[in-house]
Amino acid sequence: MLNPQLNVRGELQHLLSIEGLPRAILTQILDTAESFVGVTEREVKKVPLLRGKSVFNLFFEPSTRTRTTFEIAAKRLSADVINLNIAASSQTKGESLLDTVSNLSAMQADVFVVRHAASGAPYLIAGHVKPHEHVVNAGDGRHAHPTQGLLDLYTIRHYKKDFSALTVAIVGDILHSRVARSLIHGLTTLGVPEVRVIGPQTLLPTGVESMGVKVFHDMKRGLAGADVIVMLRLQNERMRGALLPSAQEFNKHYGLSAEKLSLAAADAIVMHPGPMNRGVEIDSGVADGPHSVILPQVTFGIAVRMAVMSIIAGNG
Amino acid sequence: MRVLIKGARIVDPGSGRDAAGDLLIEDGRIAALDASATSASADQTLAGAGLVLAPGLIDISARLREPGYEFKATLESEMDAAVAGGVTSLACPPDTDPPLDEPGLVDMLRRRAKSLERARVYPIGALTVKLAGERLTEMAELDESGCVAFSQANVPLTDTQVLWRAMQYAATFGFPVWLRAEDHSLARGGVAHDGDIATRLGLPAIPAFAETIALSTLLELARATGVRLHVCRISTAGAVELLRRAKAEGLPVSCDVAIHHVHLSDMDLGYFDAHCHLVPPLRSPRDRDALRAGLADGTVDCICSDHTPVDEDEKLMPFSESSPGATGLELLLPLTLKWAAEAKLPLARALAKVTSDAARVLGVKSGRLEVGAPADLVLFDPQAPFQVTPAALKSQGKNTPFMGYELSGRTRSTLVAGHVVYRSE
Repeated sequence: MLNPQLNVRGELQHLLSIEGLPRAILTQILDTAESFVGVTEREVKKVPLLRGKSVFNLFFEPSTRTRTTFEIAAKRLSADVINLNIAASSQTKGESLLDTVSNLSAMQADVFVVRHAASGAPYLIAGHVKPHEHVVNAGDGRHAHPTQGLLDLYTIRHYKKDFSALTVAIVGDILHSRVARSLIHGLTTLGVPEVRVIGPQTLLPTGVESMGVKVFHDMKRGLAGADVIVMLRLQNERMRGALLPSAQEFNKHYGLSAEKLSLAAADAIVMHPGPMNRGVEIDSGVADGPHSVILPQVTFGIAVRMAVMSIIAGNG
Repeated sequence: MRVLIKGARIVDPGSGRDAAGDLLIEDGRIAALDASATSASADQTLAGAGLVLAPGLIDISARLREPGYEFKATLESEMDAAVAGGVTSLACPPDTDPPLDEPGLVDMLRRRAKSLERARVYPIGALTVKLAGERLTEMAELDESGCVAFSQANVPLTDTQVLWRAMQYAATFGFPVWLRAEDHSLARGGVAHDGDIATRLGLPAIPAFAETIALSTLLELARATGVRLHVCRISTAGAVELLRRAKAEGLPVSCDVAIHHVHLSDMDLGYFDAHCHLVPPLRSPRDRDALRAGLADGTVDCICSDHTPVDEDEKLMPFSESSPGATGLELLLPLTLKWAAEAKLPLARALAKVTSDAARVLGVKSGRLEVGAPADLVLFDPQAPFQVTPAALKSQGKNTPFMGYELSGRTRSTLVAGHVVYRSE
């Protein structure tokens, strides 16, 4: 089957998922992001790579953080940015997803940044846009959040330098997490030898082992010797679907406390895609402690999104 | 009116016959076979050389979308599709709008279908009023108006006590009950098989045991009530095994599988192909292989198209938001032939699943080539290539996971009660 993310020359046309991307493209994105980290620290934070191009932020599901970082990234590349909060406009008038996209396409878009509650929605859009238009998945259902996965990979590379001897533990609600799925594909593609997922059975999807991970239900065993710990956000609604009894009980068994953290490697880093529920999946002492790299993640996120948009726009 | 079909390869799945010969039709019925047919004079002669002559296909589940969903398909378009696919009899599930829950609606559908003079239509009545799972329909009245069985189609019947009562009542009159096995709560929100693929794609999933748990309930209630139970559209290896055991114990139970599930698995979802959004979901390759084994050993009685025309716009949506279902009336024959070739089954045995065995489940006299049987026949070229394109399909629904496939098997003529109702150009 043709990879819908790549053009005929095998270059990145759309970024829909980390799954299916060759290691060389992941490395290209991370290397390009590294060159942009300097830009974000300069007095004048702009480069002209996307001058004259239009980036449409199409958010069918509410988001503040991801939308803002995409907006900043596009502006630093000198693109024109249009934010559309579709949840509040045409969808409620009954316009179809593809009609919305065709209309915006007629307004000369170059890049669509798409977030949608349904897994696979960006694939549908990518299959219907014009050849010069690009789609970047900013999160689709439970399926993928590739730029988050890439910024996680960037953060890990920044602090750990080498992927080939790492143990990475991803903790919490794997079932509903597009962040976890994207990161797992990225880690396995880049050669991380041990990826662990830790959570109660209710929050782990069937057959997750087939993605190349080890499953742990006991967090203390799962964290033993881990070099990287990725905590996932726990949505309050999980308590309603009979998946968990209470946030307190979840915190006791699967929240990251200083005590549990002490079981990981001495130089372990702690990551979280945000927004955090302090006292639920992560204790404040850990979130603000010396192992935490949660705020640098946000900074790197802008550089990674600049890298992705500049690479796809550069591929014609 | 006498019609003679000359020199065809006559395949009668009911008797196992597979030999060249002639067939004579008189007054809508098969009047003679072979030598006695050859010598007869006829008003019309059809050349059968190089073609297979078989009983017309009996499709025990095809949605015609009338009444209520004429934007998706009309009776005309779908009856054209049926005869173009060699289907001479079809049963339509009650999930129309309004549902087939009163005699007037059933009567109207039958009259409309009859006036089109194509395939025979056998309505399946609603088991409960408005398929709401609360009150029983007037089954005896519906039976008189022509319903051949009672069903909930894909609408769940969540109250097990109502299910029990409905089976008791149907058993009282000897009416068959056709039900899908799916635990409503376990299936809630799901759109794909709970396994590696749905996990990777992040699609809400339906576990295989949603089917086996519900099937165990249905079988227990069938044992308790003695109702004639037909289990529709099984999809899992576990269901095949449960039904194999139920049949061994002598329970009067039958089951079918949709042709899509004979060929496809969740691997075919690819990058969220909404054409593979079906009910029940496409299961794992292991399940598909178990369904094939069940067909071969007789556990699974028949194959249907589960024809469900869907508006194109309803498929141009993210997978989980798209409407489930696939068009199938015109693909049932070529896909059955494909299965026969892959499973290395004799043609007669494979065709039995869409003719004589389907007739037995439906309780009709067609589906066999016997003197005196209704002359519902299909004459087809098993080798003729069939490229699946939107233009090649007469159905208003162009939604199929097989779009673009190169299949073999084309209908040349379809006869219902001795009348040619379809002839290919």
